[in-house]
Amino acid sequence: MEGITNEGLVLACSAIGAGLAMIAGIGPGVGQGIAAGHGASAVGRNPGARGEITSTMLLGQAVAETTGLYGLAIAFILLFANPLLGKL
Amino acid sequence: MGTANLLASSGSDVDFMIHGIFSYELFGQTFWITTTHVAILIVMLVILVFAVAARITISHAQKYPTGFQNVVEMIVEMLDHMVESSMGVHAKKFRNYIGSIFIFIFISNISGLFGLRPPTADYGVTLPLGLMTFGLIQYNNIKYNKFGAFTGLFKPLPFLFPINLIGEIAAPFSLSLRLFGNVLSGTVMMSLIYSLLAKFAIGWPGILHIYFDVFSGAIQTYVFCMLTMVYVTDKLPDAG
Repeated sequence: MEGITNEGLVLACSAIGAGLAMIAGIGPGVGQGIAAGHGASAVGRNPGARGEITSTMLLGQAVAETTGLYGLAIAFILLFANPLLGKL
Repeated sequence: MGTANLLASSGSDVDFMIHGIFSYELFGQTFWITTTHVAILIVMLVILVFAVAARITISHAQKYPTGFQNVVEMIVEMLDHMVESSMGVHAKKFRNYIGSIFIFIFISNISGLFGLRPPTADYGVTLPLGLMTFGLIQYNNIKYNKFGAFTGLFKPLPFLFPINLIGEIAAPFSLSLRLFGNVLSGTVMMSLIYSLLAKFAIGWPGILHIYFDVFSGAIQTYVFCMLTMVYVTDKLPDAG
């Protein structure tokens, strides 16, 4: 353990943290899948309203995606603009 | 920008950061001209040339359109239809703004195809776009709801005021972060493929370009414009 510098430890933990932050990707994946499934069944029931269903579905999916993107933002901050390194 | 750590230390070829091209001093501050500025200038130049060409074509428009006139009319009709389908009677006032940001964001997003770093993969570009939307939302809110714009924050229950306020303020940030995150993740994926699989990346990354640049770019452009319209329509009077 003596070969590890403080900076190395912070960098390693940040890399793990970035990986953990991306677990947030599970939620939007499931949510968008459910939205797409219901969209498909809605088109099956009423093929005439295809355009409107598609745009509503895309809008809902985009909103559902926001939480995943917050996780992505955290991961990017940890990887490229690490605030913790400045506190050493 | 300058903090090259983690990924940059593992593979020196991995390159998707914003680079400073040259700096200058103004009022004691150092300003950088970055790759984003250059890319955004190229995008603006492309749009400007297209706009001038479209203007010349439309100024002697023919009754039975051919060639370029067809393309211009198709784009305008598509944008008008998109605005009208979600804003209804209010569409007339907003189609200029929505059409402009649609074309700008779309050309920016697909500029990754032409070797540029997409300008929308820089938070300094998407945040102003979000703030412009925020200004538009609040302007219409106060214009049409008058004092109701403020009392509306206390509905349906007075103690929900903080949540309503956060909901109003979060709109530009969630809009801009969504666009930024999607375009940046596409840029990062493509540069990872080109740098880490450099020897094998011949031809087939084109398929991924179609997904990350064209498909994802078009969807995110559409979503940005749709959400802008939804937020604004929410503040307008019904069927006025």
